[in-house]
Parts: sequence; C-alpha cells; structure tokens
Amino acid sequence: MRRFVLGIALIASLLLAACASPAASPASTDGEDVAAGLSGSISITGSTTVQPLAEKMAEDFMAKNPDVEIEVTGGGSSVGVKAAAQGTADIGNASREIKPEELAEFPNLKVHVIARDGIAIAVHPDTAVSGLTVEQVRDIFSGKITNWNEVGGADAAIIVVSREEGSGTRDAFQEMVMGDALITENAILQQSNGALRTTVANTPNSIAYLSFGYLDESVKVLPLGGVEATEENASNGTYPVVRPLNMLTNGEPQGVVKAFLDFVLGPEGQAIVRAEGYIPVK
Amino acid sequence: MQRRYRIDKGIKYLLFFSAIVSIIIVFLIFFFIFQSSLPAFQQIGLRNILLETTWRPTNGQYGILAMIVGSVMVTFMAIVMGVPLALGAAIFLAEVAPRAVQNVFRSAIQLLAGIPSVVYGLFGMVVLVPIVRRIPVPGNSGYGLLSAAIVLAVMILPTITSVTEDALRAVPRSYKEASLALGATHWQTIIHVMIPAAKSGIIAALILGVGRAIGETMAMIMVIGNSVIMPTPLTDNPLTIFLRQARTLTGNIAVEINYATGLHESMLFATGVVLFILIMIINASAHLILRNGERS
Repeated sequence: MRRFVLGIALIASLLLAACASPAASPASTDGEDVAAGLSGSISITGSTTVQPLAEKMAEDFMAKNPDVEIEVTGGGSSVGVKAAAQGTADIGNASREIKPEELAEFPNLKVHVIARDGIAIAVHPDTAVSGLTVEQVRDIFSGKITNWNEVGGADAAIIVVSREEGSGTRDAFQEMVMGDALITENAILQQSNGALRTTVANTPNSIAYLSFGYLDESVKVLPLGGVEATEENASNGTYPVVRPLNMLTNGEPQGVVKAFLDFVLGPEGQAIVRAEGYIPVK
Repeated sequence: MQRRYRIDKGIKYLLFFSAIVSIIIVFLIFFFIFQSSLPAFQQIGLRNILLETTWRPTNGQYGILAMIVGSVMVTFMAIVMGVPLALGAAIFLAEVAPRAVQNVFRSAIQLLAGIPSVVYGLFGMVVLVPIVRRIPVPGNSGYGLLSAAIVLAVMILPTITSVTEDALRAVPRSYKEASLALGATHWQTIIHVMIPAAKSGIIAALILGVGRAIGETMAMIMVIGNSVIMPTPLTDNPLTIFLRQARTLTGNIAVEINYATGLHESMLFATGVVLFILIMIINASAHLILRNGERS
C-alpha cells in the first residue's frame, strides 16, 4: 500500500513539473504590428519541402495575430494540389510546377509562387571531384557512369542516393536534369531531404541531389556546369536547376487566407524565405 | 438475487462486446485493404504484379517480385542469425543460469523488446552501416540486406527467447527428473528430453519471430537502402549478394504512401494484400507443422 501511495505521489510530482515548464511561448505583442481584429483558422498541407517554411511563417504570423490558428501538415506535393483543389485544405503546398493535367482538372486552382529553390548536387566531403556538368550528372544518376574515375575522380564505384518515387524534389530533378533518362534502380532511396543528407554525409563515394534549404557543411556541394550552387546564381538564372515553391488556393484567396499570403509574399515572409536558405521571389 | 444475476449477465455481454470489437476491426481492415487494392488487381493484373520485377509507378510499371524476394530474404537471414542466439539464450535462462543471473539477463532481454523500432533503425544507420561498409567490395554502401538482417535478428531475439523459455519451463519436472535418474547428463537431458518436449512452443516462438521480422518496417527503411532491384551479387563472389540493397513489402508501402495517388495508391494497398497473404501462408504452414508434430 505504501509503495502504491509513493508511486502516485511520484507521478503527481512529475506531472506538476511538466506543467510548470514553460509550454506556451509568449506571443510577441509589439503593438504596432498587430493587424487589428484578424481571426480565424487556416489549414495548410502538401509538400514536405515547403512544410518547414510554411511552419516558420505560420508561427510568426500567429505571433502577430493571436486570434489566428494555422495548422501545417505534410503529405507531398500531389496531396497539396488535391487538397487545395478539393477544398480539404485552405492552402496546398507544392514544390514543383503544377502539371498541365492538374490545371485542366482543377481550373480554379490559383498558384502563388512564394519562393524558389535550387536543387544542388551534393557528394560525400572526401570526394575528389570538383565539379560536374549536367550531362555527367544525368549519366551518373541513370547508371551510365558508375565509377568516379570517369569524371576525373578516384577509382571508386559511385553510390547514387535518391528520393523515392513521387517526391517533389525527385520530380523536379527528373524533369530538369534527367529528361527522359530514368534514375538507376541501384540507387539507395531515402525518404526525406534530411535522411538523404545524412546518408551522403556518412557514405564515402556517394552522390545525391538536395534542396538548397538542406545544404550544410556535412556534405560537399559541386558546381553544376561550372556554376556554384548559390542563391545569387539561382536567382539571376545562371544556376540550371531551380524550381518554384508554390502555395495553391481554390480561387482567389479571401479574408484571413489572403492576409496570410500577403504576409508570406511581403517583406517579412520573404525574409524568412532567405533565412531558411531558399530564394525570395520579391 | 435478481440484481446479482443481472450484473452477471451484463458483464457477460460486455465481455462479448470486447471480443467482437477486435473481430470487427480485423474484418474492417481486411475489407478496406482488399477494396482499395481492387483497382490495382483489375487494371494491372495479378501476373504483372507478382511476376514482374520493375517498379516504376511514374511509368505505369508495378511489379513487386523484387520486394517479395527482398522481404523473404531479409527475414530468412534474420532467422538464420537470430534463432540460434535466441535458443541458446532461452536454454541458458531456463536450465543453466542461477536465479540471480536469470533475473538480470531476463530483464535485459525484455528491455530489448521495449526499444522502439525507429531507434533500432537509427542504431543500424549510424553504427552498423558504417561497419558493414568496411567490407572491401566495390559498390558496397553498407546499406543492404546484411545490415538489415542483423538489425532484424536483434529485434526478434526477445520474442523468440521469452516464448522458448516459457515453453522449456512448461515441460513437466518429472521428464527431467526421469532423464537425470536414468544417468543422462544435464546437456543430454536438455537436447534429448527438454527440447523435444517443448517443440511446439519453440515452433510457436519461431512463427512469432518470423511474423515480427516480415512485418517490421521502420528499422528496415532506414538501413536496407530501399532500391527496388532483384538482389544479385555485386561482384563475382556470390556472397556479395548480401551487400546488395533491397526493399521490403512493408517498406514499399511506408516509403511511397505519402505521395501516391490513384492507381499507385491502390497498388500500395495491393502490396499490403500480398503481405497479408504471405503472412497467412507462413502462419498456416507453421500450424500444419505443429499439428503434424503433435500427432507423431
């Protein structure tokens, strides 16, 4: 019996401790920025590439407008398109161009380009190669080139790492780099940009394509066709592999959704875009 | 009096209700998966699904043979590696170890069962994969059947160990005493009396292990490489087949469901149906083996 009471006491004290820790971050209340009287809720779903960006923007927007509730979920670009078109979400995210057949099926779809994202070619840091052409990248990913010594590197088998079928990043890479060539079946497939980066960082002789937003020191980024993978080169059009990040609405956005999109496309939203490693559109 | 009976009756219905709920859920899942997979079976055809090895949904190619082979191979390898270990551990716990050691070992093994599979996957990804990668074979990335099978072997250890241990403990004490009294050594008793007597329990442990192995998803996705290819050796040495990447049936569903729509989505449900049938075949054959074993 005594042990039982002790257990209850322990659990209760743990619960108390959990409640005491600051669960809710204080909303910023610098008076002048608060848009007067904005309230409502927005649901956002779709691309996992856009998701972290949308979450950060939603966080800042909700801090400014405490009466607005924004929920951001993932699911993939195709889900984003469908959700927006069918009205299951207020905003659908897509990290690729909207396909003509999608626009034909859902003529009401309104596309808002909120940012651009380059796709970089990332290799393991010890890789000796200092750059690749688009053709070489295509041949490596299609399995035509299988050894680093064919592109000026050491004599070692190339380990290709890719995203799974249906990923927006893979779709964009397929369209802009591969063309009609298929990505080799031997490629290791990882489920997210993050897992892709971890795999490349830890696997010697590996190569992958990575969204600009996920680049860091753990991988070596190769210039593509002599052009460095930087934001400047992506925004001035010299870097060859750049895709739009879209937010979709069914028809013209209204009310609180419009306010949010204005925020996203305004100076503050675009500052977030830059801070997260993507390319602003304004 | 009346009231007591009423409560009794009420409890009876309540228990019946609890039992029926689980049955209903099983049938709902069954029905839902089959219904969702119907378009795939109708439009692609059983033959193209089961006998083709090319999986390119964007190209309209939906063969899952490579994944069936992947699932079966990795499960088989895990069983080959894990079962001797698990049996050894179970015999040690049930027959050899002193009580104090038993308790420590048993809690440690049970702790193994409580580790979430994503943690196993993480461990495999950052510890095991780099070790496997050291095997000097061109094209060896560390991700593949071998890494996956090792992770899986560890994951099925606790299940097989604890069920086998229970089976050994359930053998009547008189069997053991009779064997020892006849002059058999302890080891002879274990091999010739205890294990045959506990056979059905040990086979049940194996079935549970196989079921756990073939259904495991998260840890597999993280270490197996997920490439849809028929496993073939990387070099002339046939053993390098174990360094090849593969994809499991479960992994196929988990990796692609986020993005799949239409026929592709239906095909993932069809993958689930195939998995379902595969597991039913394994269970049924195990039951058959069990029943035959008991008869003889």
